[in-house]
Amino acid sequence: MQTQQRRTYQAVIGLEFHVHLATRTKMFCGCRVTYGEPPNTHTCPVCLGHPGALPVANERAIELGVMAGLALNCDVSERAVFARKNYFYPDLPKGYQISQFDEPICLGGHLDVPFGDETIRVGITRLHLEEDAAKNVHVGTSGRMHGSVGSLVDFNRGGTPLMEIVTEPDIPSPEAARATANHLKDILRAIGVSEADMEKGQLRCDANVSIRNPDGSFGTKTELKNMNSFRFVEKGIAAELQRQEEILAGGGRVEQTTLHYDPETDEVHELRSKEFAHDYRYFPEPDLLPLELSASYVGEIGERMPELPDAMRARFVERYGLSPYEAGVMVSDRELAAFYEEVASEADPKQASNWISGDFRALLNESGTGVSDSKVTPGHMVELIGLVGSGKVSRSAARTVLDVVFKTGERPSEVVEREGLGSVEADELDGVVDGVISSNPDEAERVRNGDKKVVGFLMGQVMKATRGNADGGRARELLLRKLGS
Amino acid sequence: MADLLSLTAHELSGKLDAGEVSVREAAEAANRRVEEVDGDLNSFVTTTPELALERAGRVDGLLRNGGVRPWEGVPIAVKDVLSTRGVRTTCGSKILEEFTPLYDASALKNFGDAPVMVGKANMDEFAMGSSTENSAYGPTKNPWDLNRVPGGSSGGSAAAVAAGEGWWALGTDTGGSVRQPAALCGIVGLKPTYGRVSRYGLISFGSSLDCIGPMTRDVRDSALLLQAIAGHDPRDSTSANVEVPDYLAGLDAGVEGLRVGVVTELMDERIDAGVREVVSKVAAGLEAAGAEVGEVSLPHAYYALEAYYIIAPAEVSSNLARFDGVRYGLRVQADGVHEMYRKTREAGFGAEAKRRIMLGTYALSSGYYDAYYAQAQKVRTKIVEDFRDAYARYDVLVSPTSPSVAFEIGAKTDDPLAMYLQDICAVPASLAGVPAISIPGGLADGLPVGVQLMGDHFTEPMLLRAARAAEQAAGFEFAPRP
Repeated sequence: MQTQQRRTYQAVIGLEFHVHLATRTKMFCGCRVTYGEPPNTHTCPVCLGHPGALPVANERAIELGVMAGLALNCDVSERAVFARKNYFYPDLPKGYQISQFDEPICLGGHLDVPFGDETIRVGITRLHLEEDAAKNVHVGTSGRMHGSVGSLVDFNRGGTPLMEIVTEPDIPSPEAARATANHLKDILRAIGVSEADMEKGQLRCDANVSIRNPDGSFGTKTELKNMNSFRFVEKGIAAELQRQEEILAGGGRVEQTTLHYDPETDEVHELRSKEFAHDYRYFPEPDLLPLELSASYVGEIGERMPELPDAMRARFVERYGLSPYEAGVMVSDRELAAFYEEVASEADPKQASNWISGDFRALLNESGTGVSDSKVTPGHMVELIGLVGSGKVSRSAARTVLDVVFKTGERPSEVVEREGLGSVEADELDGVVDGVISSNPDEAERVRNGDKKVVGFLMGQVMKATRGNADGGRARELLLRKLGS
Repeated sequence: MADLLSLTAHELSGKLDAGEVSVREAAEAANRRVEEVDGDLNSFVTTTPELALERAGRVDGLLRNGGVRPWEGVPIAVKDVLSTRGVRTTCGSKILEEFTPLYDASALKNFGDAPVMVGKANMDEFAMGSSTENSAYGPTKNPWDLNRVPGGSSGGSAAAVAAGEGWWALGTDTGGSVRQPAALCGIVGLKPTYGRVSRYGLISFGSSLDCIGPMTRDVRDSALLLQAIAGHDPRDSTSANVEVPDYLAGLDAGVEGLRVGVVTELMDERIDAGVREVVSKVAAGLEAAGAEVGEVSLPHAYYALEAYYIIAPAEVSSNLARFDGVRYGLRVQADGVHEMYRKTREAGFGAEAKRRIMLGTYALSSGYYDAYYAQAQKVRTKIVEDFRDAYARYDVLVSPTSPSVAFEIGAKTDDPLAMYLQDICAVPASLAGVPAISIPGGLADGLPVGVQLMGDHFTEPMLLRAARAAEQAAGFEFAPRP
């Protein structure tokens, strides 16, 4: 119903992402980037803004910024300038944030977002580098400054490298916004620029939301701050669109404000009016020289870039004959994709996909293990697929084998040997089938009369008798032949 | 010991090396001198007599084993804007009265653990001023005349050297703060090429202009002290990765064939006649020594001051934002964070600091940025072009360092613009980032007059050679005063 209503208006949505870069050290000093360490244990005169301390730009962060820019089809600037964004806040030790303003590291670009059966092209306005602020902790309240008995500052986060990515207002719906955020995460992870985990705050998203007027002109836009999960990106924007629609439907005017989405109540709340917006007094940071990003520097980074998810997905479909969906599952996890490619080089690619995206991934997820930490090697997987393919192990027995290999790291053939999981030989199976038919005469009769549903029951008996080691296909074939149906 | 006090730093260094004098004896002599005269002069915010002795003992130990660099044992005064580990660093401000840095400025690293430091020299608050009257710790007096200012902002450093409270000093120069006080106190002051000396640990005033420079008894001492502090520093992105030459080599090679241009715009009626006379005499001396002397124009020289007083305050307004009472230094308790900021900064900063914060905030604010800050940067580019054109024809430019000799304490405190004019000769080189040195050229009305020589980027060896010749032409003899 809501969706219907929304279609009478046209939503105009642009997103701003703050991404924590996967560097070992901070943006302008050598302090380690950490999460969850005791407060103020990773600080130095530079990130504490002590008098006389000076920033030195993190080369790796610049490289990651360029990589992200290339992945998003941006123009990497030949010259980028750090600027000071001046404002007072206790979590900002220098009284300014070093950011980029009119000469960012990347301009223009786009992102092709898979969305249902189609692809939405979302323009990228700019991409720039900056440092994160520290973290204020207000004591004696639920984290709000108002009414707190005291405020503490943890500077561990202060100076952490951030990348800001601003999209064009090209996004047509809350669902598309979520898909955009998701796809951006996949790309950033794939190229190793960021873990981009929203729950850990490594990827933060603000949205600029407006509704286009019936005459086609742009409506007033509001800014929705700090949505910290993909679901909340969608729900927050939907809530804000609904709020704006209701205002317009009531003949009111949308005010330009900054809002916060509260997932508990599924409502947006005003943070501050734009008329109180800061004058940041940007000017070029005199402590840092302009970055000069030569074509050869950018070219070298381009050559070292890992394959992007879109390209990899297309290649998997092409080379291994996977469906786009199957390929997508593999590509969303870079390690899984690499694992798959190793297996697919020596085993049937389709079987490899089934095993890896199905059983193997389920085991990883259940145990919270990463591909590289798992005891299952590509070699194990090739062997297992070979055992099934040659009929030495039934599919269901092979699942049991994989469970054991996952736990112990033994070779699949050893497991089969030790646990007696090898397929039942043809002669033996013949006898078992005969036995099942004779001890279940009623059911056998019903199959003879064409009731195929009962075949499943008889199959179950065969499996029971063989402790699951029978080749299901062959057993079924035998049953049907013997019962003449 | 009076003999010891009248030696230059390199002479003392020679005696230390030869074992004729110990570093401890030198430090004791400097400490005694500080005790004797600093009650009148107020050259120091903080004196460190025990630290000087302790470090002197250490250098004496090293000297016995050889391998001590020639500057290490010579007692020094350090401007209180340079961070010194374990020694409070106030910047002449109340807001940092209790502040003790955790690290030493990079410029001090070449002194082994740290220099034999007699104290932290007084200065205009956050290096903003031309008279050292803006210090929260009281004004410094000119050793030539205790009723007069020593110049600023490195007035404490200049007075300390002129009075023999140490053989040399480190100052900082943003728009003339090494050269002008050197001129007013009758010593040598060198502002190196921007980026030649690391700014790490120099508490920023105008980041794009700040330079640390030697303040010494003669040009050779300047070369020696520059040798100690120059070099690339990975902690300072603006420090140049250019090899440090031997500044003492060829110092006495003379100026035969050197092309010297006297800057016409800085020799007009805005400069006191007595000052112009001394500059002309020194220029004539250089000509007599074999230099080709002519006239050169820096057409935008007078706009330099106006551009400077936009750019430097703009950077100050941002650089001083960190003094907010949150992490270190003064905090005035109040209800709420904004009240705390306001009261802390109200109580912590003096009038000149506040004036420049306001000027800079205005110049950077939206709607005024283009009219002021952006415009000033364009002027800066013009000045850079002026210098480039001038260096196409001349190796060294000559001008007065300051438009007048030392003025009386209080004479200009009510007129900030008159005070700002003190920097008119010094500021162009600052905006262009080129090296410039002031040498004592003679006296006018019984007070020292500084002659400024300017070179192109990283031509310090040539500049020092010309300054050495100018010094000889002037024939000015150093003696501790009062």
